[in-house]
Order: sequence, then structure tokens, then C-alpha cells
Amino acid sequence: MHIDIDEIAKSFGTTAALHPVSLAIPSGALVALLGPSGSGKTTLLRILGGLEYPTSGRVLFDGQDATGMSVQQRRAGFMFQSYALFRHMTVFENIAYGLRARPRKLRPTKEEIARRVAKLLDLIQLPDIAARYPSQLSGGQRQRVALARALAIEPRMLLLDEPFGALDAKVRRELRHGLREIHDTTGLTTVFVTHDQEEAMELADLVVVMSMGRIEQIGRPQDIRARPATPFVREFITA
Amino acid sequence: MSDTTLSRIRFRSATDERLWVKVVLIAIAVFGIVILVFAPLIVVFAEALARGWQAALNALGTRDAQSAIRLTLLIAAISVPLTAVFGIAAAWFITKFDFRGKAFLITLIDLPFSISPVVAGLCFVLAFGANTAVGGWLVAHGFPIVFALPGIVMATMFVTFPFVARELIPVMVEQGRAEEEAALTLGASGWRVFFTVTLPNIRWALLYGVLLCNARAMGEFGAVAVVSGKIRGQTATMPITIEMMYNEYLSVAAFSLAAVLTALALLTLLLKTLLELRFADQLAATRRH
Repeated sequence: MHIDIDEIAKSFGTTAALHPVSLAIPSGALVALLGPSGSGKTTLLRILGGLEYPTSGRVLFDGQDATGMSVQQRRAGFMFQSYALFRHMTVFENIAYGLRARPRKLRPTKEEIARRVAKLLDLIQLPDIAARYPSQLSGGQRQRVALARALAIEPRMLLLDEPFGALDAKVRRELRHGLREIHDTTGLTTVFVTHDQEEAMELADLVVVMSMGRIEQIGRPQDIRARPATPFVREFITA
Repeated sequence: MSDTTLSRIRFRSATDERLWVKVVLIAIAVFGIVILVFAPLIVVFAEALARGWQAALNALGTRDAQSAIRLTLLIAAISVPLTAVFGIAAAWFITKFDFRGKAFLITLIDLPFSISPVVAGLCFVLAFGANTAVGGWLVAHGFPIVFALPGIVMATMFVTFPFVARELIPVMVEQGRAEEEAALTLGASGWRVFFTVTLPNIRWALLYGVLLCNARAMGEFGAVAVVSGKIRGQTATMPITIEMMYNEYLSVAAFSLAAVLTALALLTLLLKTLLELRFADQLAATRRH
């Protein structure tokens, strides 16, 4: 699914979090929203996911206006910064949540849900943790469970907020490849937010550099590295 | 040898105190608890049984005592669930949404803590009494509020309102909105999010709030004394009946009823402790303080 962001602006009270920004995300791309804190990247991601509504502008999914679409209707696989796993549910129940929440007519049978959860646990290479609680998992395992939970709803896109933010350096590198693989197998349009330029440059097809609620540059990693558009971009990617 | 002297002198923990300080502090605490908590408890039961079990049971068997026990349990049964629902709604509203006047609303929820219950009761009498427009109309239509059950329930709810909300707000603030948002992105409706995510996460705080609320609902005196009119056998709750009996020098009857009320409170406390022991793990997982 391709996503068009058309002159989206967002203000909280009197402070503008996003000045009108426009961005076209091609179907199947892996896109990084890169910027320091307060650059508006998370706000933009939350607008895509339907967790915030823009003050003005439009969001289009496959050319269809989705600006007013509810968060449930969007079917965006959203992964939160600290994963937001349901702490009182097992890993199985966490992953099955989205399928069980479907209206009766669209809900898979019990056996089908169990089959799909098992398949997702295989995909994240943690087949044996279904009965555990989130508090019994390591940071890296939690991240992958959160990803599996987001994938379980057969999302139309993946939206990841600082997917590696809460992990130590070694796990971070391992999981980067994991995410790339999952993206390539599923072919889902994926947008992730990061403040780590190395991560963005290594992982993404397309990098969107943001600062102070504006888009500074959009481009492939090598192009941004070779020709930074503004002094801010030059400074940020060499930092 | 030098090791032991060193450990004695140098490695005393920074928060440790000298022996005499410890002894004095502990003595003060024990003395306070004995004088203020244990002694009255023992006296209540001792006085109730001063003329033996039979006298105490006879006193509890009177029509007035029976009616008081029934009324108090009925009031708790009505007001506690309602207060719990209102408390959850208020805490949800305050913690999950940003809006102007939030601080004012929190102050408003605390109001019953700072207003004297007697004044609160008086407010209900002045607002819904038979000689007010609203009260007169309600009485004419056979639904009196003051000096009747609805007024007692309202007064009890006013006094107990903060308990549930106050327990829930800090827990819900600490847990944030992320899990609810995650459930929404997974396609769950608002009600489903509430019942499958919010409620399980706050169940312990809710239980604490409800137990506190229940204890207070059964024991409330001031506000209920004003709105109930203290009609013996009709609107006199346990605390009010106890006071009336005591004033009439029916000491065995008064203390027997007081012992029942105390036993109900102790039962509540016991229930809370048992649940804490039984679910210690879950408690640690969902409530990190």
C-alpha cells in the first residue's frame, strides 16, 4: 500500500508540532523518519496510525482519503517505543489479541488463531515462549513479540516507533537484520521512527530527515550522505 | 580482631541508629498502637460480653438492632458498587484525557475529604428537604429523599466518593496510555479495551479502593446522622443505633452492636490481607510501588 501525506500540520494548543509536511511513501518501501527529539517524527507516525488527528491536511492510503478513518479501521501494525505489551496476558494472548478482537463474522476459529500465533512465533524465531508473561522476557524478545502482535492483524502497513530504542547495542544490530528480513518477507510498507542516523542509513530504503516539525530532506541513504540539502542535515548525519 | 572493630565502627549503615534511639522509637510506636488501636478493640469486645454471650446475642436479636444491621448492609451494598463505577469513570476521564480544568476536577473529587460530614449531610437536607421545591415535589410523589434510604445512600456516597478515584488515579497515571493505544491499533473497540486491558491492570487498586470505601460506608456517622433523622427501626444505621443505645445506658446492647461493626471491619481487613498473600506475584507485576 502506498501512503501519501498531503500538507499535514499538527498543533497542540499554541505549539506547532508539525508545520505542513508532504511526503509520498511508495508501496513496499522501508522508510525511516529520522530526527532529534521534538522534530515531529513521532507525531507524524501517530497521525499515520490514527492515534492523533492532524489539525489540517490529508492522509491518503492507496489514493483514498484516510484522514478521518478511525484507528481500528486503519489496520496499521503499530509498535510502540516501550512495546506496550499487555502485562497481564501471556505472549500467546498478546499476539492473539487483535484476532480475538475482530467482529464475530470475521474472527478466525480457535484452532486457526492458535495456528497463526504459532506461525508468527516461528517468524520471530521464538517458538517456545507462548506461555510466558512479558515480564519474563528479555528486551529483545519483547520487541519481537510486539512485532508479532502487530503482524497478527494482517496489517496494511507497519508503523514502528523507535523500534530499537530500548535495546543495548549488540541486540540492536541483530534485530536490525531481523526487521529487514521480516519487511522483505511480508512486503509491507514500513515506516519507522528513529533518532539514530546510523540505524536509519543502514536499514531504510528512503530516509526522511526532520527537524522542528519540518522535513529537511527526503532521499535514499547514499544520496543524503553525498548531498545533504541543508546545514542541519549535514551536521545531523555526521554527528 | 582489628577486622571486627573496624566492622563495628566503620561499616555501620548510614541509615542505622544507635541502640537507645531504636528502643525509644519502637517503644513509642508500640505504646501508641496499644493505647489507640488494641485497647479500644479489646474494650469493645469485653464490654459486649460483660454479661455473657447470651446477653450480647439477645441484644443483637432485638428489632432495632436487626433493622440497623440490615440497613447498614443494604446501604453498603447499594453505595459501594455505585461509588466504584463513578470512581472508575472519574479516574479514567482524568488520566486518559487532557482537558482544561483538570486540576479543578481533582480538587472537586477531594472535596468530601475536606468538608465535615455533618455539613455535607446538612447540605443534602437543605437541598432535598420536604420544605424545598425539589424535596417537596419528591415527597408528594412518594419518593422522599431526606429521612429515608435515598438520602442516606447519597450522603454515604458523597463521603466515600474519593476513595476509589484516589486509589485509581496514581496507578492509571503511572501505567500511561500505551497499552490502551496498542489495543486500539489492534482493532479493539473502546469497551473492549476497557474490559480487556484497563480493568485488569487496575484491579488491585480498585479492590483496595472498594474495601476502603466499604469500611467507610458501613461506619459513616456524621453525614448519615443528619440526613437519616435517626428514626429508630427505620433509618437508624448501625453507628447511629450504637450511639442512641449508648446514650440510653444500654451498654451491653451498644457494645454488642459495636462489636459486630468492628468484626465487619476486621473481616474486610482480613480479606484484603488474604488476597494480598494469595496474589503477591501478580501484585508485584501490575503495581510497582
